[in-house]
Amino acid sequence: MNIEWYIVLSSLLFAVGAMGILVRRSPVVILLCLEIMLNAGNLALVAFSRMVGNQQGQVFAIVVMVVAACEVVIGLGLIVAIFRRKLPLDVDELRELHG
Amino acid sequence: MSATSWAWLVLLFPLLGSIAIALGFKALPAKAAGAIGTAAIGLAFLCGVAALVSLLGEHPEARHHASSLWDYASVAGLDIKLGIFVDPLSVFMVLIVTGVSTLIHLYSFGYMQSDQGYHRFFSYLNFFVFSMLLLVLAGNFVLLIVGWAFVGFASYALISYWYRRETATKAGMKAFVINVVGDIGLVLAAFLIFRELGTFEYSEVFEKAPQVFSVNEWTITAICLLLLVGAFAKSAQLPFHTWLPDAMEGPTPVSSLIHAATMVTAGVYLIARTHVLFALAPTAADIAAFVGLATLLVAATIALVMTDLKRAIAYSTMSQIGYMVVGVSIGAYSAGMFHLMTHAFFKALLFMAAGSIIAAMANEQNIDKMSGFGKAMRFTSVTMLCGGLALAAFPGTSGFFSKDEILAYATARGGMYLIFTVLGYFGALLTAIYTFRLIFRVLPGKPCPEAQELIDSGHVHHAHPFNPATGEEEDTEVGFPGADHHIAEQSLPMRIAMGVLAFGALFAGLVQVPGVDEVVGKFLDPVFEGVVLSHVHPSVGAEWFGLAIGAAISLAGIGIAYFLYVARPETPAALQQRFSALHTFLYNKWYFDEAIDFLIVRPALAIGRFANRVFERFVVDGLVSGTEDVVSGGGRLVRVVQSGFVRSYALLLIVGFAGLALYFLLSSS
Repeated sequence: MNIEWYIVLSSLLFAVGAMGILVRRSPVVILLCLEIMLNAGNLALVAFSRMVGNQQGQVFAIVVMVVAACEVVIGLGLIVAIFRRKLPLDVDELRELHG
Repeated sequence: MSATSWAWLVLLFPLLGSIAIALGFKALPAKAAGAIGTAAIGLAFLCGVAALVSLLGEHPEARHHASSLWDYASVAGLDIKLGIFVDPLSVFMVLIVTGVSTLIHLYSFGYMQSDQGYHRFFSYLNFFVFSMLLLVLAGNFVLLIVGWAFVGFASYALISYWYRRETATKAGMKAFVINVVGDIGLVLAAFLIFRELGTFEYSEVFEKAPQVFSVNEWTITAICLLLLVGAFAKSAQLPFHTWLPDAMEGPTPVSSLIHAATMVTAGVYLIARTHVLFALAPTAADIAAFVGLATLLVAATIALVMTDLKRAIAYSTMSQIGYMVVGVSIGAYSAGMFHLMTHAFFKALLFMAAGSIIAAMANEQNIDKMSGFGKAMRFTSVTMLCGGLALAAFPGTSGFFSKDEILAYATARGGMYLIFTVLGYFGALLTAIYTFRLIFRVLPGKPCPEAQELIDSGHVHHAHPFNPATGEEEDTEVGFPGADHHIAEQSLPMRIAMGVLAFGALFAGLVQVPGVDEVVGKFLDPVFEGVVLSHVHPSVGAEWFGLAIGAAISLAGIGIAYFLYVARPETPAALQQRFSALHTFLYNKWYFDEAIDFLIVRPALAIGRFANRVFERFVVDGLVSGTEDVVSGGGRLVRVVQSGFVRSYALLLIVGFAGLALYFLLSSS
């Protein structure tokens, strides 16, 4: 299969994730969209790795997954904490740190 | 023991005395402090005599020794030793300083007895003597500057001794500031000497200077002029003289010791000590001589009209130092130093007598209110007369021989220097007039109320102490002794001190009678050997001719004073009326204070005010608050971006990265 298809799929996934972050207000959905974007990147990494013929891109993708897992842990922890304090689960409402 | 060991002891005793009195002021009873102070200086005097004896035991050519205890500072190429230089000149000064100081300590022992700050006074006084001895014994320019600055401080501390008196603290500051101007001159001179010759040691400087410098080269002239700035500030010569009359705010023994007998002659000593340099810069020496002459005449004319007893004597001091400066500048070194010695005697004596009278007047210093003390205070008036005769150069007294020797030397040099002879004799006439003006106003006549009180009841007039200058009430708690001053008649130590000085004032001149003994000249001349000018010597006949003129002028001056103030007491007032402009001019001291105020103080204040209003306000403040404005303004701008909407941050991020990616894509294709 040609590399272009992988790139196109990856770009589409990335665009979907980015759009999701920009338009949705729920922190859970934003977190999901972030994951989609990270995996779009992973897809591109793996595709390029196949194309070049070594394993460096795949190793890098695994590192990204580890980072993504950490990020999800912290993100979900924050969301639970926000929920417990009965704050609105809406990123537009949570803007106390504005300048 | 060698001369240098004795000289070290001379330095040690006053220092120990000062420290002992200062540290033990709580434990020591007042009288003990005075006794320790007096004994310390007395011992120093004895050691000075021992140094003299040991120096006299040597060949005249070999009478100079340097000695050092340890290194004062030793860094790259600079090796300053804590060293002294003992030669006839320094021993001569040591003897004058310690001798007169011993007597003045003795006088203070009685005079200051009722003062609350007795310990402080003696501690300061001993410290002053130590500093002065350090100044005259120093073996290099660095130690000289140390001593020079120490005496400046001692003078400040003693002028402001009655520190609740505003006039006294102001006078102290004035003296200190003007002295520091002189210190700067001296320090710069020392720097230049080091730059040119690479050493601070006297012996090396004086050895190298004639080889390195040619006559009247600009560097040596600059060095000498800077030395002169120091000398003039210390010795109250024009235009640095205005502090001296104000310094009379200090206790009278201080005026007597520091501002008549010793400290103010430091400038004369400096010129004599660096005579090798001045011989290489005749222009600077001539400038010094002319400044001395100008001071001599200006001060004498002011002394003619001063009504404040102590200030009149202070102007007379300036005038006499003018003679000394003329002497050591035109080459009459030993004559100048001899005048320094006799002046120390009779001027210290005059101040002591004035102090006694002022005490009897309950701190009133105005001679217009004094009269008839001849009857009230026999001893004081006799000694004052002795001092006055010596100051007026009455034939046979000490001032007669010393002053005329300087003028005879000026005649012997001839040419331009005849100006000094002529104007010097004119100054001598003025001296005789103003001296006997004071004496005729104070001693004879109908006793004033205070004198009458002394005659009737035998005790000193007690007035409530008000500062006569400002009218403010004196604070007797912190030292101002109030009205219970002691007067010479009633205190044995004061009588002894004044008696010895009166003897010196009358007869000290006999050691240097031209053609007869000339002890001082023979002792000091080896120091000044090797300088071109030392070969000029007035003949004995010429000296006696000068003495005869001097005698005539002195008698004429005394006669004029008698005519004006005793025979026709109404003439001075008439003269004052007739020449009121001149009188006002003289009474305001030639407006020197005003001129300095106008030329230096006001511009300095204006610059300060300008700096405060413009530079400080706009430049310095502008720099500081401008930085703050930039930072806070920038912060305000950036804050707008921090909206708190997470999604807008994300948009910014994405758009930014997309832009970057687009840019790289476009630029790579």
